[in-house]
Amino acid sequence: MDLLLQQILAGLASGAIYACMALAVVMIYQAIDHLNFAQGEMAMFSTFIAWQLMQWGAPYWVAFGLTLAISFVGGVAIERVVFKPLKDAPVLSHVVVFIALFAILNSVAGFLWDFSVKPFPSPFGSGPFLGSRLIGAHQAGMIGATLVILAFLYVFFRFTRIGLAMRAAAANPESARLVGVRVGWMIALGWGMASAIGAIAGMLIAPVVFLEPNMMLSILLYGFAGAVLGGLNSPAGAVLGGFAVGVVENLAGTYIPVIGGELKLPIALFLIVGVLVVKPNGLFGRVSVQRV
Amino acid sequence: MTSLLEVRGLRASYGAVQALHGLDFSLDEGGVTTLLGANGAGKTTTLRALCAMIRTSGDILFEGRPIAGRSTEDVVRLGIAHVPQGRGTFARFSVEENLELGATTRRDKNGIRDDMDRMFATFPILEKRRTQQAGTLSGGEQQMLAVARALMLRPRLMLLDEPSFGLAPLVVRELFETLARVNREQKVSMLIVEQNADLALDLADQAYLIETGRIVLSGPSAALRQDEGVRKAYLGY
Repeated sequence: MDLLLQQILAGLASGAIYACMALAVVMIYQAIDHLNFAQGEMAMFSTFIAWQLMQWGAPYWVAFGLTLAISFVGGVAIERVVFKPLKDAPVLSHVVVFIALFAILNSVAGFLWDFSVKPFPSPFGSGPFLGSRLIGAHQAGMIGATLVILAFLYVFFRFTRIGLAMRAAAANPESARLVGVRVGWMIALGWGMASAIGAIAGMLIAPVVFLEPNMMLSILLYGFAGAVLGGLNSPAGAVLGGFAVGVVENLAGTYIPVIGGELKLPIALFLIVGVLVVKPNGLFGRVSVQRV
Repeated sequence: MTSLLEVRGLRASYGAVQALHGLDFSLDEGGVTTLLGANGAGKTTTLRALCAMIRTSGDILFEGRPIAGRSTEDVVRLGIAHVPQGRGTFARFSVEENLELGATTRRDKNGIRDDMDRMFATFPILEKRRTQQAGTLSGGEQQMLAVARALMLRPRLMLLDEPSFGLAPLVVRELFETLARVNREQKVSMLIVEQNADLALDLADQAYLIETGRIVLSGPSAALRQDEGVRKAYLGY
């Protein structure tokens, strides 16, 4: 029983990472209707920026704040420079650019900071959480941080005018333009926010998996699985999906002998395919209905 | 009356197909103008062209200033509110949010609040549906919402595309009465595209007849009503 509880908690802890990534994925998906395959690499790159700042002597929270700002600006810049000119291009062009971004960010990170594994500090410390043996302080902090981001997004989209404008731009760009919403900038803002959320995810996960250019490869896949499971247009669903993926992955790894530690990753793929077959809009996603 | 909007040699095309072949017309400040014509004549295209929703050539002067080439978002900021065909309602958003979106370009928080209350007074049904998703409203209610949303901009000019489309005759009458009142009380100029020529000519003081992308007739509504061609083709008597 203790083992089960521990595995569930550990699953929730890694689920928090996936949930964070899933949130970033959903942010972009809301804004542009595509999955950003480079999301993980963007997060990794942001984390390296934080690491570099700390190497230069910045305290953790200064580096954290600066990284968020840089990532936000970087996300906006990527949209303005790369995707704005492509806005009417077919989806495959976007996919190609996502993959290009993926490769570029990965290689540039390797070039700048090499591929050796680096430790990354945790703001929550590495001790046990409130004296509990079941979950570490960092894991608990990660779960908390994810929920805080989700609450922030909820308030932002629900109660601010700019949040409303962003939702309108995503829901119906043409009508949004007709009331004066600058749709292009809303999309750029979506990229910036997704990039900043990704940066938080990266900085929270780096203490666990250690920092190196390939650290996000499998995590992005789990993030996608979480987003698909929860519903690609539901931030809360994505977070729940992320947690669920973490728990399922962990329990399957522990209790199904053939899976063990080695075959954990296919579980994410299995989940994605399974959800797409059974419930294509995810658990909390809206079915998009269109009158013709 | 001075002219609020002046259009000269407006051309627009969808790919290789030219839809507007050099339109000339003007709208009076404070007036209601209607654009009549059959399906495919270019009425909707004209409205879309004014809002920079399609590529155009020719001159568009709003209050004497050229506005052709500006983005849709900037045209809206001049005070031109477009109620598109199909109403452009944000179906998943509440009635209140739709109205708030109408005021996107405004910064005066108190003014927005006041206007919202005024809309609820003008369109009592919207107050009842305040928190309801716009998509669940009836066709007539959605059209009211679309007009109210456009008014939230505090527009100088309202472009209305087939406001009567798909509505029951009684609802249409109510809607047109409201439009007349808005025009009278809030001094909002209007350009209305309608297939229901009878109705449009009643409301409008100026009218243009458009055929395959060209203006073929223009004048006061009363005069167009008397025109034999118009009567036969668009009024049916």
